This record gives sequence, structure tokens and C-alpha cells, in this order.
Amino acid sequence: MRAVKIKKENLFDFLEAIKPFGDLWGPVKSGDGYVLEKVTDYSNIEMSALRTRIPFKKLLFPPKFTMFKFDEKGIRSSDEELPRQVIFGLHPCDLHALLIMDNFHSLHYVDPYYRERRERTAVIGLSCFPDDRCFCKATNTHYTEKGFDLFLTDLGDFYILWIGSSLGDDMVRECPELVDEEVTHDDLEKYIAWRKKRESNFKLKLDFTGMPSIMELSYDSPLWDELGEKCLSCGACTIVCPTCPCFNVIDEVDIGGGTGERTRRWDSCMFREYSMVAGGHNFREARSERLKLRFTHKLQAFVGAFGEAACVGCGRCIGACPVDIDIQTVAQNLKGEEVKA
Amino acid sequence: MKAETQLQNPYEPEPMRLIRRYPLNEDVHFFQVRAVDMEKALSLNYLPGQFMMISINGIGEAPFSISSTPSRPGLLEFGIRKVGNMTNRIFQLKENGIFGVRGPYGNGFPIEKIKGNDLVIIMGGLGAVPLRSLLLYALDNRDQFGKIYLLHGARTPDEMLFRNEFFNMMKRDDLFCHLTVDQDDTGQWPFETGVVTRLFGKLAHIDPKNTYFAVCGPPVMYKFVVAEILKLNVPKHQILMTLERRMKCGVGKCGHCIIGGYIYTCLEGPVFSYWDVLHMKGLI
Ligand SMILES: Cc1cc2nc3c(=O)[nH]c(=O)nc-3n(C[C@H](O)[C@H](O)[C@H](O)COP(=O)(O)OP(=O)(O)OC[C@H]3O[C@@H](n4cnc5c(N)ncnc54)[C@H](O)[C@@H]3O)c2cc1C
Ligand code: SF4
Ligand code: SF4
Ligand code: FES
Repeated sequence: MRAVKIKKENLFDFLEAIKPFGDLWGPVKSGDGYVLEKVTDYSNIEMSALRTRIPFKKLLFPPKFTMFKFDEKGIRSSDEELPRQVIFGLHPCDLHALLIMDNFHSLHYVDPYYRERRERTAVIGLSCFPDDRCFCKATNTHYTEKGFDLFLTDLGDFYILWIGSSLGDDMVRECPELVDEEVTHDDLEKYIAWRKKRESNFKLKLDFTGMPSIMELSYDSPLWDELGEKCLSCGACTIVCPTCPCFNVIDEVDIGGGTGERTRRWDSCMFREYSMVAGGHNFREARSERLKLRFTHKLQAFVGAFGEAACVGCGRCIGACPVDIDIQTVAQNLKGEEVKA
Repeated sequence: MKAETQLQNPYEPEPMRLIRRYPLNEDVHFFQVRAVDMEKALSLNYLPGQFMMISINGIGEAPFSISSTPSRPGLLEFGIRKVGNMTNRIFQLKENGIFGVRGPYGNGFPIEKIKGNDLVIIMGGLGAVPLRSLLLYALDNRDQFGKIYLLHGARTPDEMLFRNEFFNMMKRDDLFCHLTVDQDDTGQWPFETGVVTRLFGKLAHIDPKNTYFAVCGPPVMYKFVVAEILKLNVPKHQILMTLERRMKCGVGKCGHCIIGGYIYTCLEGPVFSYWDVLHMKGLI
């Protein structure tokens, strides 16, 4: 990693200069929240946006896409050329989620659909100030030195521009005149002061230490039944989560038969059909069982499989759930703490 | 095939040809298939206990255990029960029909650990399909295993899968083969009657520390069979069983086969030891 500086007034010119690296996607306002959208007018980018409703995952594994087409003769791989893309404005929580997804999609078997999109993607991270839903400090995902090609830390009238990869270096070399190579001691002090201020801004105090053991012991807790009574099985919590990669595979046949395509769509472990096997036997019939699966997976499970929990503290599921079941209320409930709504 | 050596898209099935099919009982049919590409047919390697994803364009994919043994390369064999959409379409396939298969997937039986030990194979119903692979493998490599027992239970003589094959095995002197049916209305059944646990009397002299058990059958069978095996003082990690979960990908990505929050059955299973099973939540 290497650090340079860029004046705020130069940012739009910089974004213009890196156009050859692909379509720019960034957070823009939509209703009372933000969405990740393709931007051509840079002034639409919301620099203070914290979380987009749907995370970056939609650009690496879209909600629905064609795996391959088929006809009487057999299958044909898609020859569609995927566009290059630059994702702007990912915060440390999402960059951790991106690292988890990169790892997940290359573990055991490389997922070719993820890989081909990922290989065409550049990532520009952006520093942030937490709001009352962020708990990345509790999940230890509030800083990152990895997962981005470039990362901008906002220090008032300029950004520190961290160069995290060779691709990021290529982007900076498109427009060397826009950056300032000289980082001074004064800048370092500003950076340290900024960190302190940010640290003190975490309002949501969640303690996740020892969560795997608590999950283990609470496996038969009546809490799961209580939550199961409330849960609507709508799947909103999984759709918004940056580390939920589950999918379903569905064949679509064209009218007239003969030709068609195999498609992949986001699926949710909260849907009833998810675990049903032949003959209709469902291993997770009760909603409480499915909730348990999701939260075990987020709080305990990836610790086993990847050495880290799959929850990055982005806070998206807080607020997405119509009945206020989320990682925060579940963790607090399990630990017997009082939950503030 | 692991990430380092993976060249092609693991989701694109390989064209296979149906060579032969015939009924094993009223609703389970035997399917013998071969990769259209002869080189691929011969180089396909797998372990007993692994499964493949069978693909029918326009319908989808489903996992099926391999019933043949890698010690007889070239042809793949499956035993498939007609239960729904996908299996109905597989049953419409005729000899020489082309369809897609990808795999092999899953861990398979820990053959290297079993070698040098005695092996007891206990099968019921459709469990005969994956365990036939292990049995044939052990018989093809007979000198690498100790004593081999087969205990097979079916509801009626007509329902017993691979019965002619097993009848012939009764004559072998390197295998203890015991067959039973719950109920015999024909009056012609020459072997035992009663549930499969009745056959445990035949195992009186096994050496529990040096014996592996491989069990596969309907969920109710596990409970009773495992209880009997434990009575013989067999270590829990030497009791092996295969588990079924819904599977959409077979390669650890779709999430449908997850058990206990993080165990991907398609990668870490479908073969588990009883010790594993005891420590996974929501398993059977
Ligand atoms: C590792 C493994 C090995 C297997 N080995 C064999 C084998 O050797 N022989 C064999 O006959 N079967 C085997 N199975 C089961 C086989 O995969 C299912 O029977 C098959 O998926 C059923 O598909 P279907 O479309 O015919 O049924 P469906 O039409 O999908 O459904 C039949 C019934 O099952 C339910 N169901 C819905 N979706 C699914 C789904 N994706 N999978 C299962 N049930 C569903 C439905 O509610 C319906 O009532 C194995 C499964 C696994 C996981
Ligand atoms: S579980 Fe909730 S807070 Fe954690 S990563 Fe997923 S959406 Fe974000
Ligand atoms: S968002 Fe809430 S109601 Fe919907 S599935 Fe998730 S926990 Fe259940
Ligand atoms: S079958 Fe898709 S993850 Fe196991």
C-alpha cells in the first residue's frame, strides 16, 4: 500500500480520468436512503452515504443472471462480453464483506460467474463516520488495509488516497497531475486526529466477543421460538446482507420449447422451500429453525469455516426487517441484555 | 476437482449417453451411463460415496449417488427413484439418449482409513445405491480389506434393490452376505425375515476397534442400527453414514445443503461419521 493526496476539488476530474477502467457505480439518493447506481453526473454521488440499500454484491452476482443457454444440440456458454465496472464509495465494512465474498467464491471451487465479474471490477473505498446503526467496531471490521484498489480518507479539504493494488496504481497513473505525492507530518497528524474523532463516534455498543460460544449454548433457547413467531419469512434480511451469497438455480424454457437457459437467482435461507428435500420433508420446517440457521451462520459459523464471522456490522439488516429481528437484537437477546428498540 | 486444477466451468454438465436401464423394483430404476467423450469417460475418477449432479435442460439438476465402482472405469451407474419433476424426466430417457452430468462431488467414504480393517456394510431401501459402490470397490480390492459383511434389509422381496447381484454374492467365500425382508407374502423368500437389526446376531465376533461400519438407509433405520452398533463398542468415528440434503450446486456455493449453520453437506459430506453427526445441530 502507498499513500498520496488528492484535493477534493480534483475528485471529479479524477473520476473522469479513470473512465477507461469501466462504468462508475456509486451511492445516490433514493427516497430516504441510498442506492448503488451507475453514475455519469458525478455531483449525484452522495459522499456522506453510509449504506446503500442493496450492497455491492448485486454487481458481482446479480439478483438474476443466465448461466448458459441450451438447445437441442446441447449447452452454449454465454458469449456476452461483460462490462468493466468501478465501484465507488465502499466503506470498510463492505470491503471486509467483499474480501469474505472473494474468498468464498474461490474456496474449493472457483465460481466462474463471480470471477469473471470480479476480474472486471475496480473498487474505490471511502472513509466514513458511523451512525447509530453501524457496529463494525464490534465486529472488528472498521478498518481495512485490503479489499480495495484505491481508498479515500476524507481529511477536510483533501483526501488521503491509499493505493492498494497494481490496478489502483494504474488508475492513479492515468492522471498524475491530479495527485500530490508528498504526504507530510502535518497530514499524518490530521489523519490521527480524524481516527480519534471517528472512534468516538460509534454509538451502537455491541459486544460480540465470545459470541460463538453463546450461540452454541443457546441452541435450544426458547428465544428462537419467540423470534420465529414474529418472523414473516420475507427474506429482506438476507437480500440486504453483503455476505449472503445463497442462490437458486432455475431453468427457463422459451415458448415453443427446445431452447432456453439455466438461470441463477438470489435465494434466501428464510424461505420455507429452501431446505425441502424429495417427498416434501423439510429439515427446517419451523421459522425458528430458519432464523437459527441464519444467525448461526452470521455470528458463529463462518468463524468455524473462515476463521471470522460473516457479519461485518454494516447495519443493513437493522431497519430492513419489518419486525425488528436483526443481528443486534438477536445477539443482545441471547446474552440476556436489554434491547432498546 | 479443486480450485488449483480447475480449468472449466464447474456448472456446465458433461454430455453423457444412457447405455442401459432397467427396473430394480417398481419405482427405482438402474441407469448405466457413459461420457460421450470416450477419453473423459475413462479418465473420470471418483470415490465410493460421492455423487453427481444430473442435468436435464429445461428442468434442472439434482444430486444422485454413484452406484458403480471406480475400480471398473468407463461406465457410471445410478439407482434412481421416481419422486417428482426431475426424476420423472430422467425416467423418460431412453437408451442412447443424451443428457448432462457433472461431478463427482462430495467427500466419499474414507477408503484409505477403512483399508486394513474389517468392514460391515448395512443398507436399507435406497441406501443400497451408494453402498453398492463401496461394496464392489472392496470386493475388487479384496486383499486390502479384512472381513467384509453385508447386511441388507428391504420391506419385501420385490422391493430389494440389486437382489440378483446380492443373491450371487451369497456364494462367495470372501464375503458374509446376509439379506432380510420385513415381510414375505410370497412364501418363496429363502433368507431371513425381520428388520435389518435382526441380522446383528451374525456380527457376534467382530473386533470393534478394527471394524468400520457404513450405514445408509431411510432415516428411521439409522436410529435403530446405530444403537445396535454402539452396543458392540465400536468407536463413533468408525460408524459412517451418508446424509441427504437439498442441493442446487454441489460445489459449496448455493447454500441449500448447509447443516448446523456452516457445514456444507456437498463439500464435507455426504458421508459423515456418527461422531460428526452427534456434534452437528439439526442433523437427522
Ligand atoms: C447426496 C445425495 C445423493 C442422492 N442420491 C440419490 C440416489 O442415488 N437415488 C435417488 O433416487 N435419489 C437420490 N437423491 C435424492 C434426489 O436428489 C431427489 O430425489 C431428487 O432431487 C428429486 O427431484 P425431483 O425433481 O424428481 O423431485 P421434485 O419434483 O423436486 O420433488 C419431489 C418432492 O420433493 C420436494 N422437492 C422439491 N424440490 C426438491 C429438490 N431440489 N430436491 C429434492 N426434493 C425436492 C417437493 O416438495 C416434492 O414433494 C440424493 C440426494 C442427495 C443430496
Ligand atoms: S448480518 Fe446485518 S449487519 Fe451483519 S453484515 Fe449482514 S446485513 Fe450487515
Ligand atoms: S427480515 Fe425479519 S421478518 Fe424478514 S425473514 Fe428476515 S428476520 Fe424474518
Ligand atoms: S449444494 Fe450448493 S452449497 Fe451444497
